[in-house]
Amino acid sequence: MNDTYELRSGDTHIEVHKFFPGAVAGVAIVALILQASFPVYLPKLDILDLPLLITIYFGLSRRNPSTGLLLGMVIGLAQDALSGPTVPLGFYGIAKTIIGFLASSIGARLDTEHPAARFSLTVAFFVLQQAILVLTRRILMAQPEPWFNMHLAVAAAVNAILGIFLYIALDRLRRNQ
Amino acid sequence: MVAIPSRHKSLSLLAAVLLAQLLLLAVQIKRDSHGRLIRVWAITAVSPFERSGAWGFDKVRGVWRHYFALQATSHENEALRVENDALKLAITQLQAKSAEADRLAELLSFRNSHKDVPMLGARVIGASAGTASRTVEIDRGERDGIRRDMAVITPDGAVGKIIEVYRDNSQVLLLTDKEGGAGAMLIESRIQSPVVGTGEPLLSMKYVANDDKVNVGEKVVTSGMDKIFPRDIPVGTVQEIKPGMPFKTILLHPAAKLNRLEDVIVLLSLQALEPPTDATAPSSESNSSSAPANPSAPKPAAPVKP
Repeated sequence: MNDTYELRSGDTHIEVHKFFPGAVAGVAIVALILQASFPVYLPKLDILDLPLLITIYFGLSRRNPSTGLLLGMVIGLAQDALSGPTVPLGFYGIAKTIIGFLASSIGARLDTEHPAARFSLTVAFFVLQQAILVLTRRILMAQPEPWFNMHLAVAAAVNAILGIFLYIALDRLRRNQ
Repeated sequence: MVAIPSRHKSLSLLAAVLLAQLLLLAVQIKRDSHGRLIRVWAITAVSPFERSGAWGFDKVRGVWRHYFALQATSHENEALRVENDALKLAITQLQAKSAEADRLAELLSFRNSHKDVPMLGARVIGASAGTASRTVEIDRGERDGIRRDMAVITPDGAVGKIIEVYRDNSQVLLLTDKEGGAGAMLIESRIQSPVVGTGEPLLSMKYVANDDKVNVGEKVVTSGMDKIFPRDIPVGTVQEIKPGMPFKTILLHPAAKLNRLEDVIVLLSLQALEPPTDATAPSSESNSSSAPANPSAPKPAAPVKP
């Protein structure tokens, strides 16, 4: 199996990246463990959403909507499972499934390797995830939830900045590198 | 090169995964008032079909019952018709009893309001056989203390006087008979004049001079001058006034329902009844004529309880 291949979209040629075996699963597990540990040891870091960053990164890199949405679903469901009994299974799962699908779809059409593009996309996906979560809470769970506030804006920016560096680190797991 | 899945395939997979997770959420989420969300959704999804099915079933059953399964309908119809006839008869009987109860209640009320006046309740059991006279027969007679020329009234007004007394029955000459009448007066002008029967449903008031002012609708009451009726018993209402020479012709509508008498009251004395609230004592200043003297004034009878 080739490490990389090119996705032809109009006149642009976008690389589709492959990763070392177990890299995706390993990174996702580590992200979930860290995410579950932040509130215990570093409460101020609870604004970080590492599972979301991982979902975005692998979606943008692998550029396969089917695998992207499946990876988002698995990560989201795992995050649900680790979030305690107050969060029903599927709460994060639905949001990250959609994020994974959209990230893969966008990654298949645009070059998302530039840090500025990654920053913008991370902010957009963070906001979108928040919208999906609020919709889920309001419509399905009939619970009041603010659409957006300054805390979430800061969280979106912090996650996007962290994402730039995290994505660079994760780029080293690509086979073509 | 790895084959990229088609966009439709990805969208289908996305829809399936989202649907599965939505169902997973619905199974877990529990609404306080409606139970689990999956149950709410299931019922919401199924109930339109259930309603449609019930509506269709009702329609089919209705068509079957109303157009095909009619074997027992004829018998049922006949039984209902018989029952309907019986109910109509029962209703008629009940209406008659109700009307009788109303009349008796009215009589009782009248009697209770004049406890100090000796009077006797009687039931009309017959009427004159011909149209030449207007009399009725009552079920009280000599044994009950009734004598000739006693006044007969109803709570509505004067009826007539006793003309014949038998052992257990009596005959009453109504005011409308050509031989009937009573001393009366107009309640507003206090003009006194006898009222006589015409043989027709209306009464006639005689001897009211043309110069005297009389209004249609004016009430007429007994004057007490005939020594039969106590004063201030309603006689009738002025219905028509015709000028004449030298007296007016005044037609009255009787106060009592003389054509529908069933229960009456016989006054056993000439003791005056308590006047109605709108009646005042008669004034002799405006009298244009006096009532004719009655040569056969009744002898006051002893009070008899009805």
